[in-house]
Amino acid sequence: MNASTIAQTHIIDLRVRNHPGVMSHITGLFARRAFNLEAILCVPVSGNDESRMLLLVNDTPKLEQIERQLAKLHDVLAVRQRTDLPPDYFERLGKSI
Amino acid sequence: MKPKTPLTTMTKKKYTGATLLTALLERQGIRQMPGIPGGAILPFYDALHTSPIQHILARHEQGAGFIAQGMARVTGRAAACVATSGPGATNLITAIADARLDSIPLVAITGQVAQSLIGTDAFQEVDFYGLTVPITKHNYLVRDVRELLHIVPEAFTLAESGRPGPVVIDIPKDVQIAAIELSDDELPAPGGCRPTPPAKDAEIDALARMLAKAQRPVLYLGGGIIAANASALAHELAKRLDAPAVSTLNALGAIPADSPHNMGMLGMHGTRATHTLLDECDLIIAIGARFDDRATGKVAEFCPRAAIAHIDIDRAEFGKIKRPHLSIEADAAEVLQRLLAHPLLHAEPGTPRASGWLARATALRDAHPLRHPSRETAPLHPVNICRFLAETLPSDAIIATDVGQHQMWVAQAYPFRSPRTLLTSGGLGTMGFGLPNAIGAAFAAPGKRIACVSGDGSLLMNIQELATLADHELSVAVLVFNNAHLGLVRQQQELFYGRRYEASRFETTPDFAALARAFGIRGHSIAANSADPLGDIAAALAQPGPCLIDIPIIATENVLPMVPPGAANNQSIEHAGAM
Ligand SMILES: Cc1ncc(C[n+]2csc(CCOP(=O)(O)OP(=O)(O)O)c2C)c(N)n1
Repeated sequence: MNASTIAQTHIIDLRVRNHPGVMSHITGLFARRAFNLEAILCVPVSGNDESRMLLLVNDTPKLEQIERQLAKLHDVLAVRQRTDLPPDYFERLGKSI
Repeated sequence: MKPKTPLTTMTKKKYTGATLLTALLERQGIRQMPGIPGGAILPFYDALHTSPIQHILARHEQGAGFIAQGMARVTGRAAACVATSGPGATNLITAIADARLDSIPLVAITGQVAQSLIGTDAFQEVDFYGLTVPITKHNYLVRDVRELLHIVPEAFTLAESGRPGPVVIDIPKDVQIAAIELSDDELPAPGGCRPTPPAKDAEIDALARMLAKAQRPVLYLGGGIIAANASALAHELAKRLDAPAVSTLNALGAIPADSPHNMGMLGMHGTRATHTLLDECDLIIAIGARFDDRATGKVAEFCPRAAIAHIDIDRAEFGKIKRPHLSIEADAAEVLQRLLAHPLLHAEPGTPRASGWLARATALRDAHPLRHPSRETAPLHPVNICRFLAETLPSDAIIATDVGQHQMWVAQAYPFRSPRTLLTSGGLGTMGFGLPNAIGAAFAAPGKRIACVSGDGSLLMNIQELATLADHELSVAVLVFNNAHLGLVRQQQELFYGRRYEASRFETTPDFAALARAFGIRGHSIAANSADPLGDIAAALAQPGPCLIDIPIIATENVLPMVPPGAANNQSIEHAGAM
């Protein structure tokens, strides 16, 4: 893969309710739109009532639509982009696993 | 002296999950609920035995789902239906998916195997939660009887709020049996439609300025205008702007068919007049419309000269297909009310240019009527039947359709006068929709005449619900436009597949009138060579109670105009000679 084919990526930050099935709502939304999730990080927060997810996704015009669809899910409490995180955030994390 | 019980101690009542669910549904105002029982939902059915909720025993869960839809489509309120686990639940899926695409509020309650068995491939176990993730607004698998207290009202709130849609509550059998003690004040308030945040003043201003400036505005109304109960306001706006309005299939009836502002349906089976208007307009005001490909045709060529103002309750619709110049995320009724009160829209009613635009629309409409033979020469041409039905049925009759040519003829030719009088599967296009929806409508609107216009193919997909119709002797007339074909498929094969007819002709067609009688309903066959076939239909309709009327139509009749799938709207095929 040469540099020009490496897509620009974005990190989406989701705050979600923490209960079984939430992950399938979110991944299902991506799968249905044939939109690849490059990486997922999910950890429980607020005493296990909520989870925080970081999604690494390619930057395409579809992204805005996906974000709006995510925001519509009842179990998704907040959606925002994490431009503050370095682009190689997940790459470094991957090395530490 | 005996000590008095202090008033503050609320007596606790015993519930099971099943009786609690029943109580919560009663509090939601559910009076009737279609469904079919089975092992995993029997505790709930047992609780229904002493409940004022009337259970309507359908003959197939898809029928039950669509009966509930009919209720919801007529009232605008969420209706509920019920099924057992496994096959009962999977049979509901089509009705749920249909509700999703047409934004119909529906709460589907399904039994699930006991939690200890979940994941073991137990008898009648299916992952209904997983199956319904992509076709619901939200879904629940109830894990504890206490959860019902927030899940049930929340399900109704979600189904009715914002953009309406279906919600599933899957309830394991052990949760239905589990016991709980509650005092009355622990029961939650019923759920319901939550108000949407109002539009910003600046947005209303911007829209008013856009409208005031436009020379050739067109209102493009979608099903959302009906959902928002904003039809009369949309009509008022059309009058105020001297603007023509086009409707999607799901918005028919929003503007009365005889209004000078009504241009009928746009898109695949719209007339040349609507296509031309949309080509010429300089501003599209899309309200509760989602730029579906059946409406827009080839998107790149849809309204090439127009700026787009888009009003929708669902933010995700903005820019999904077409990028709007102005988008307002709010309730359509609220936006229209404020818009109509805006000073800019009171300035000079009907500038000369603007009234010239409506005249142009009227002229176009007069120049491009539906082409069809006269009633005298061809009384059983579907367009003539539809017009005749409109004259014969009471003016507030509700028409349910199935899917196919007959549906499009109804959409083109039946003059709908008010919202919620057409029940049709717009988004999913589901054959088998008509009869059960008509039954639901009859329950929701007692006293009204309901007609179900169906095709000989579609009717067979849920014909078993004739038994449900007979059970309740509802005022539903089923009119079968019988062409002994899957007509719309045959038409597409004729027009776009070189007349290679594959699997679109039925080898045998049942005697529908005899079938109706077998189900316990009046059945009529209209003779193709009758001297007065329309009179025969009227005579059959004049008798009270449910009936089926089998009407022979010419098998090779096509619905025209028609835009070839994927083509631009202005490439429509206008009449048989043009092919
Ligand atoms: C459940 C389902 N299966 C298949 C289709 C595809 N389809 C669309 S219209 C049509 C033919 C409908 O035939 P009929 O009900 O007889 O109506 P007609 O077109 O003849 O008026 C078919 C098969 C569909 N819409 N729904």
